[in-house]
Amino acid sequence: MTRSTRNCLSTSRLLTLAMLLIAGFVFSAGVFAAGKTPPLPADSLYQLTLPLTDQAGKTADWRTRRGKPQLVAMFYTSCKFICPLIVDSGKAIERQLDAKQRQKLGILLISMDPKRDSPGALKHIVDTRKLDTSRWTLASPPQDDVRTVAGLLGIRYRLLADGEFNHSSALILLDANGRILARTEKMGTQPDPEFVAAVKQALR
Amino acid sequence: MRRLLLGLLIALPLAGVVAGAAGIKYAAIAGGQFRSALKYEDAPNGTRVKPFALMRMPVSNAQFLKFVERNPEWQHDKVSPVFAEQRYLSQWASATTLGDEARGDQPVTWVSWFAASAFCESIDARLPTWQEWEYVAASDETRRDARSDPAWRERILAWYSRPSSSALPRVGLQTPNVYGVQDMHGLVWEWTEDYSAMLVDGDNRKQGDADKAKFCGAGALSMDDRDNYAVLMRVAMLSSLSGADATANMGFRCARSAK
Repeated sequence: MTRSTRNCLSTSRLLTLAMLLIAGFVFSAGVFAAGKTPPLPADSLYQLTLPLTDQAGKTADWRTRRGKPQLVAMFYTSCKFICPLIVDSGKAIERQLDAKQRQKLGILLISMDPKRDSPGALKHIVDTRKLDTSRWTLASPPQDDVRTVAGLLGIRYRLLADGEFNHSSALILLDANGRILARTEKMGTQPDPEFVAAVKQALR
Repeated sequence: MRRLLLGLLIALPLAGVVAGAAGIKYAAIAGGQFRSALKYEDAPNGTRVKPFALMRMPVSNAQFLKFVERNPEWQHDKVSPVFAEQRYLSQWASATTLGDEARGDQPVTWVSWFAASAFCESIDARLPTWQEWEYVAASDETRRDARSDPAWRERILAWYSRPSSSALPRVGLQTPNVYGVQDMHGLVWEWTEDYSAMLVDGDNRKQGDADKAKFCGAGALSMDDRDNYAVLMRVAMLSSLSGADATANMGFRCARSAK
């Protein structure tokens, strides 16, 4: 074996070693990433990319809510009739829970009127309705995504000439991975007992 | 590119044609005042439709196949069930093969609203609104609004009375309407961007007795023109569907705003 060949071999051995190291690094990084965020279930609503801007002006994809069951509804801040009822409905569900259960549930109200529902408008509702933002989030999606997220949640709506909306209302319970567990169209201070049972089950 | 196309759209109104991706052609639609066959209590005198462009024909199987080849997440075996139900593209031989049951020149059906929206977005377009669709569908070969002509109504209704079990004809067989758009009637049902704005109460007995818990605000829609069955049936169909639903006769075409 000549010197040059030996050099060559050692170079190739070094390269192999380097490649193994890189592969090992990539592999462990992959495992690390996978351990941190396992892939979303196929039937998760979080399959939709949805950046939401909340009452504090912070924008984050709704997937960041993963890990905690969520109570989701759609509303808009200038609504006079049903929307205050939607907040009442969320509060009524919370009243059925003990302090420990409450901390395990996120409540997300998504605006169907992002043009007007700026962080300031959302914050106004948070303040006047005394909502605890450690549990409640009021947020606006981009205008072009409103019909899409409404479609996932089974909410129908139409913008009227005077700026009000005709809309259907529902509370939707998502599991920690964004899958729909339960849904109710019963709004108001007397919550749907079946739905409350589903919420309690999800928080176990 | 989009600006250029829209620029052309405005600059060449006489040509009336804008070529898009994959041989997709649009017709320029002049805006105008329009009174829907639906009764909108908030707009009793009709509304103004802004100029836009509409695909001349419904999207074909061949065009949709190209889309799913480029966007594998929309293939039958990969799509999330929240975006498309089990029967999505079930007429194709496989996720990426049309096969004998689905010819390339037939309109694509068994597509969900989410999939139709994604297709339009992929070619820098969008689904038309119901109002835009109804506006163009009101025309015949020579008139922008032929709806008061009983002969026009009869002709359209004839299609709805045909059984839907036979194979779909290819797109573009029918004579173009006054805008140069084909197959608005007589081929497939079509998704609109705002299908979920159809708040029609399925139970007629509840009309005028608005179920307030269900629809906040001014109540459900009703028909202003009760003789326009063709529109009534389209609205009933759209109002009954969810975004992930797919049916054997529901297809779509895309639109572009003229800004």
